[in-house]
Amino acid sequence: MIQYAWLIPLLPLAAFAVIIFFTGRNRLLSAGVAIAAMVLSTMISTGILLEYLANPIPVEYALKWIDITNLTVEMGVLIDGISVMMLFVVTFIATLIFIYSLGYMHDDPGFSRFFAYLSLFTFAMLGLVLANDFLQMFVFWELVGLASYLLIGFWFAKPAAAQAATRAFVVTRFGDFFLLLAILTLFAIFGTFNFDELAEGIAGYSNAAVLTVVAILVFLGPVGKSAQFPMHVWLPDAMEGPTPVSALIHAATMVAAGVYLVARTYFLFAASPVGLEVVAYIGGFTLVFASTIAFTQFDIKKILAYSTISQLGYMFLGLGVGGFTAGTFHLMTHAFFKALLFLGSGSVIIGLHHKQDIREMGGLYKKMPITTITFLVGALAIAGIYPLSGFWSKDAILAATLESGHVVLYGTAVIGAFMTAFYMFRLFFIAFMGEPRSEAHETSPSMTVPLVILGLFSIFVGLVGSPLVHDGFGHFIFYGEPVAEHLDPGIALTSNLVALMGIAAAWLIYGVKVLSLEPFARTFQAIYNLVLNKYYFDEIYAFLGNRVVEGISSAFHWHDKYIVDGVVHGVANLTNWTGAKLRFHETGLLQTYALVILSSVAVLVLLLAVLNPPLVLKLGGAL
Amino acid sequence: MNYVLFLPELLVAGLGLLLLVVHLLWRTQDGSRSFGYFTAAGLAAIALYAYFNLGVNQTTLEGTWVSDPLAAFFKLLFLLAGILVALSSISYLRVIKEYFTEYLMLVVFATLSMMLVVSAGDLISLYIGLEFMAICFCVLTCYLKTSPKSPEAALKYIVINAFSSAVLLYGFSLLFGLTGSVSITGITQALTASDPQPAVYLALVLVLAGFSFKTSLVPFHMWTPDVYEGAPTPITNFFAIGSKAAGFGLMIRVFLTVFSATAGTLVLLLAVLSFLTFTIGNLVALPQTNIKRFLAYASIGSAGYIIMGLVAGGRTGVEAILFYLMINVFSTFGAFGVASVFGSTVGTDEIADYAGLSKRSPFLALVMLLSTLSLAGVPGLAGFVAKFYVFLALVHKGFAWLALVGVVISIVSVFYFLRLAKVMYVYEASEKEPVRVDASMQLALAASMVVTVVFGVYPTPLVNLVGQVAQAFLP
Repeated sequence: MIQYAWLIPLLPLAAFAVIIFFTGRNRLLSAGVAIAAMVLSTMISTGILLEYLANPIPVEYALKWIDITNLTVEMGVLIDGISVMMLFVVTFIATLIFIYSLGYMHDDPGFSRFFAYLSLFTFAMLGLVLANDFLQMFVFWELVGLASYLLIGFWFAKPAAAQAATRAFVVTRFGDFFLLLAILTLFAIFGTFNFDELAEGIAGYSNAAVLTVVAILVFLGPVGKSAQFPMHVWLPDAMEGPTPVSALIHAATMVAAGVYLVARTYFLFAASPVGLEVVAYIGGFTLVFASTIAFTQFDIKKILAYSTISQLGYMFLGLGVGGFTAGTFHLMTHAFFKALLFLGSGSVIIGLHHKQDIREMGGLYKKMPITTITFLVGALAIAGIYPLSGFWSKDAILAATLESGHVVLYGTAVIGAFMTAFYMFRLFFIAFMGEPRSEAHETSPSMTVPLVILGLFSIFVGLVGSPLVHDGFGHFIFYGEPVAEHLDPGIALTSNLVALMGIAAAWLIYGVKVLSLEPFARTFQAIYNLVLNKYYFDEIYAFLGNRVVEGISSAFHWHDKYIVDGVVHGVANLTNWTGAKLRFHETGLLQTYALVILSSVAVLVLLLAVLNPPLVLKLGGAL
Repeated sequence: MNYVLFLPELLVAGLGLLLLVVHLLWRTQDGSRSFGYFTAAGLAAIALYAYFNLGVNQTTLEGTWVSDPLAAFFKLLFLLAGILVALSSISYLRVIKEYFTEYLMLVVFATLSMMLVVSAGDLISLYIGLEFMAICFCVLTCYLKTSPKSPEAALKYIVINAFSSAVLLYGFSLLFGLTGSVSITGITQALTASDPQPAVYLALVLVLAGFSFKTSLVPFHMWTPDVYEGAPTPITNFFAIGSKAAGFGLMIRVFLTVFSATAGTLVLLLAVLSFLTFTIGNLVALPQTNIKRFLAYASIGSAGYIIMGLVAGGRTGVEAILFYLMINVFSTFGAFGVASVFGSTVGTDEIADYAGLSKRSPFLALVMLLSTLSLAGVPGLAGFVAKFYVFLALVHKGFAWLALVGVVISIVSVFYFLRLAKVMYVYEASEKEPVRVDASMQLALAASMVVTVVFGVYPTPLVNLVGQVAQAFLP
């Protein structure tokens, strides 16, 4: 199967081309083409997964894309534990989300276009996963950005959507700039883009300062793409896109690409302890920071968006403290339960006729039982309740943090676990329990069936990394030595206790309402407002964008308008004028042509003589 | 003597004669279509044979006949050009009406003559090949008897050709006088044995002038716009993609061997000609209003970039030239091909009449857009890789300044090609009637655009091929 890995991204690309060029008019056919391609890709991915589990040996093959003196660029495929895992997760979740979209986008006029863009996205994402080469990864990294832009702005007639799309694109591009800088630096030092060759080169390279700078530059790409502090601002806005897009791109896959990139280039970070510390602290800070904002939000998708940012923080924390296996494990489990939560919220939004404010919801458990139960499963999983999938992966990260001796970060992560449970169950109690506040109905099977499947995965997928299986997750995905599955009772008990406290607090405040945060919010009005307004990051960036950047750019504008344009127009006019004058050298007369040829020969001979004076004398003698 | 080495030439000659004989037996007034397809198919079969014999590396007839990968590569190129020209002539022959088999036979013989030129191992067979080529092209140029421009162009071509031949022959005679040999290997050995005498420099300038006529390097280019404008458009195409490539083939074969002892001077002269050529070609293309003259100047401009490969020299330089020439066949064919269809169906060659072409024929407009963007060197299309290759070779040899000037001037070509795109896509058409494209022409244009796009995205197969050819030539 592994030799067919290149087909996995190409099938969705083919679907994209077919929909754009041929089937655009026929809605159902377009969706059918997209889903068929995804199902095939999933089958190949599953085949590769099974093959790799039986025989875990990394395979790499590549096509020489450009091969000119001193410049070789490959297009290739790298199959190892982490890419096999990602392939399966991306294709599987994408298939479910494609099917879900049949229901969610049912009445949308852009139905075919939606499936085309989704296919384009999965093509790019899968190409990114398979890349064996930094340049190829960057190309697909940008392509997922493009697809994300197209899909956030899918309802481009809505100004908020168009604005959010632009914002997402610009903010992530900002990080990508540094990533590109890092890639070119690595190429300048090691002369290759290939990951394996880079790993070898870095192993024999001793200048730690350079490696640290490069590692931090590389990390800035993921900071943008995975919405880490301080470039997190675009992700909540990206919720303007259709909910399946939020689930696929802005929860399960694309935002996780940043984590994937750090894991893929872990050889670089492993060689730079400072780089790893930066990753760990950014992750640790983001996970608490984003959780606090989630406390105060009322838009169901925005709460989930801040939750995503915080969970990505967990992954970076895991990677940063040396828990390669823990971080990637959380990446996998999170993909399932966060996709589940987003699709659940989508089901709620459709069931409530496009209401997103949780204050207008309530009592949904009566009208939407399947959605409620699956959402509860997702909430318990993300809160890390034993024995759901989130428990195992979060526990692995906590254990790795404590083992590496980062006590402060461990404390942060435990507090984060409390906060996660609290904001998720705040959402759950307000929206699903209590008295109904709006009309609601359960959604169609094309939406609920994916929910149930994802729900089952959210419960059980964590077991692959639990001590219940021998030679589990850590045996296939590791950096250095395989990691044995183990469970530290102390850590597990703490995290579960803390999570249960979070749920209990949410229940007391929002469920039975015996406690209230009102006095607290009133006493600490300033802090509450600070958090409610997302620490004013939007305003700070707006100020920077409007005042500072505009000030600088107006100076540039003046320079462009009067100096650059002046020069450009001047050059253009000069060019046109020269061309117009020069055309008259063409007389159409034969004798002129002959004269020019002969005199040119004479001039060339004279030129040689002038450049080489001794020649003149000798030339005279020889003739 | 190994007759197999002549097999492609014998087959091409046989094809040309067969056309005449068949037409005598089957006298038809309306056979241009079947004869055209027959010619293209025959050339395609021979091209296939040539492709599978690219690796042959032998000489025969006491060194006057060279069958090496370099010659084979150029033969493949000429055969491909011949196929495209034959296909594009089918619809054009309806304008010419009479003597269509003779026309096709001349196309076949012109292909043959170019194949002879690149296989020549001595100066005499080289010169005979060149004259054979000039005669074929001259007759084809004056084929459009209804237009006064066509015989005028042919007359200009033959006179200036004779003139440059005289210059070239003078250079050859100096070489013979200096070394006592006419074979390229013999002259090379004699000239590299000792320090070059001053007369070698004179011979160098004269030979350079003669070859520069064939490749339309400034200031030996002045016949080009007149002839390109006057000739039937498929033949203009043949000049730009075939005849020009033959000239470059000769330059590679002669300059890198015979004049290797005077390489420093040669490189200097070539750098000057390169600069003049891409500057004048691109600048004078700007004010042109006739599409054929416009493309003629653009094609002169691109010769200035191709010759950079020789300035760089070495294996990479040769690779870059070969790559550029092969891409030039397809991209230039696309541009002149559209001009050919448009000229023969609408009856005008004025750029202003291309207004709204995207509405009248989206296919033609797209082909023109793709091929001109490729010629301008826009990334994603093969022309970009070709330019990049040449610049890369140049920079590695320390000619970064020439590459830089070349890049700056090539912006001019982007400008005038985009202006053409604007005419086709933005301006309103004065006539709404769709432009019909013949099936043969659709085939040829679509095929050349597929090549242009595929090698733009994935150039490696062609890069590998030219790498092997260059390695065999400069071991």
